[in-house]
Amino acid sequence: MITRERLVEITLVLLLAAVPIAAQLLNEPFYLTLATRVAILGLAAVGLNIALGLGGLVSFGHAAFFGVGGYVAGVLAIHAFNGTPMLLGLPGTKLMPFIWIVAILVSGLVALGIGALTLRTSGVYFIMITLAFAQMIYYFAISWPAYGGEDGLSFYVRNGFPGVDTLKPLPFLLICYALLALGLILFQVLRKSRFGAALQGARQNEVRVAATGISPYRIRLVAFVIWAMITGVAGALYADLNRFVSPAMLSWHMSGELIVLIVLGGVGRRFGPVVGAGLYVLLEYWLGGITERWQLFLGLMLLGVVLFARGGLIGLLAGKPRHG
Amino acid sequence: MLLEISGLTASYGPVQALFGVDLAVAEGEMLALLGRNGMGKTTTIRALFGLTPASGGRVSFAGREIARLAPHRIAQLGLGLVPEGRRCFPNLTVEENLVVAARPGRWTQASVAELFPRLAERRRQLARTLSGGEQQMLAIGRALMTNPQLLVLDEATEGLAPIIRQDIWAALRALKSGGQAIIVVDKSLSELLPVADRCTILEKGTSVWTGKAGELSPQLQDRYLGV
Repeated sequence: MITRERLVEITLVLLLAAVPIAAQLLNEPFYLTLATRVAILGLAAVGLNIALGLGGLVSFGHAAFFGVGGYVAGVLAIHAFNGTPMLLGLPGTKLMPFIWIVAILVSGLVALGIGALTLRTSGVYFIMITLAFAQMIYYFAISWPAYGGEDGLSFYVRNGFPGVDTLKPLPFLLICYALLALGLILFQVLRKSRFGAALQGARQNEVRVAATGISPYRIRLVAFVIWAMITGVAGALYADLNRFVSPAMLSWHMSGELIVLIVLGGVGRRFGPVVGAGLYVLLEYWLGGITERWQLFLGLMLLGVVLFARGGLIGLLAGKPRHG
Repeated sequence: MLLEISGLTASYGPVQALFGVDLAVAEGEMLALLGRNGMGKTTTIRALFGLTPASGGRVSFAGREIARLAPHRIAQLGLGLVPEGRRCFPNLTVEENLVVAARPGRWTQASVAELFPRLAERRRQLARTLSGGEQQMLAIGRALMTNPQLLVLDEATEGLAPIIRQDIWAALRALKSGGQAIIVVDKSLSELLPVADRCTILEKGTSVWTGKAGELSPQLQDRYLGV
């Protein structure tokens, strides 16, 4: 039997697929950029959904990984463009798959360090200490003139993908769609796995998980690292979309945006991040065109969702989740 | 001895709850841990699993000192806990509850389903939608999935309907005859004593009597367990 949630998901996939066609028919290539933003923010939020939705880890530091991914893309591209070697004499690269791998590795390593320390705390302390680490990286980026400091880093040509003209909006959008799809599949596989069950168990009751011989700390650390890796890839894509990376990607506003987006969409729901990202980008575009204070309306909407639709927009459309 | 606890003390903050508990369990033996409410049964179990840190004493399990280990390490060494109050993971399915705990050994989802056929019927249901008895079966099944050398049940049948209690006791008898070492806490002496090999009675955080289940005289019961 097809559930309501599945129906909503299919509709969403069709909507996303319809954007490029509509853009072509209406001759509005800007729609492609909007859809690309949705896919990239959605992917970052999928990472957050693993940590927050399954693991219950409320953090204010995930912009760190988003920004680290962005800087990996920017720094590698700049060095490849200028032909200068980086640290240890390694060359830069303009190849997206390679950049993604580096972004995954670097974000993962940073997360391993931060997570190993921060996951010893919980609740508001965890929020604050992840925020502190993220701000450290933020100020580090600001005070690093070699890579633009406060002004950020522009690279003029988008990084490449073998056999694809990434400078055209449509192929780049399709790359982002593909990675979002991979992210969603990974989320589903994790949720169904023993690891996912243990992660959700640790959220529901740490002691019970420990009593089954699983270290809640280790489970969360793994989730933290996976989350950072996904967010890092999204950051690399975001840098490529704008052909620009700046400390703003590392700032706590970015962490806040991602949390807002996932709460709007539906925490812990498979397509929650996608709905949230879609809604967020549309509001930013439409309301942002009407008034500069569009975030006031976003705030009101968030209030509405928190008060009246605990499952986010997905919850409103598809009813109660199977996992609460 | 599989498990030997000696001189175990533990406190909740400034309040000392255990003042020296001694007990031992042999391979394949069922020990009943008895005592009135508030005498330290649950604290003893919590300290055994590292959930309440022991402040003194020794806990030796399968020849290893485990008193200072983290709870998940203790569970990994072969201690399975069925906590008080039928504690499952409410938002996971029956299957997920079992899979989370799985460690290699003779207990698998299939053998748990044999022991508790009702769980097999409700494999895809969320644990929170189960009846109290089914949740207790799931909690026992989950503990068995870790393939413990020693199974510990805190309040095995508390608050369950008589017909379900019979099922639980039947399962425990089956486990015992299969050679499973068990520590069980339960209020119903009439059901517990016929199954248990030995008893240890706690009073005010101290073990005051240990002996064969058959030797627990009405006088002793009245003195330490009557209300």
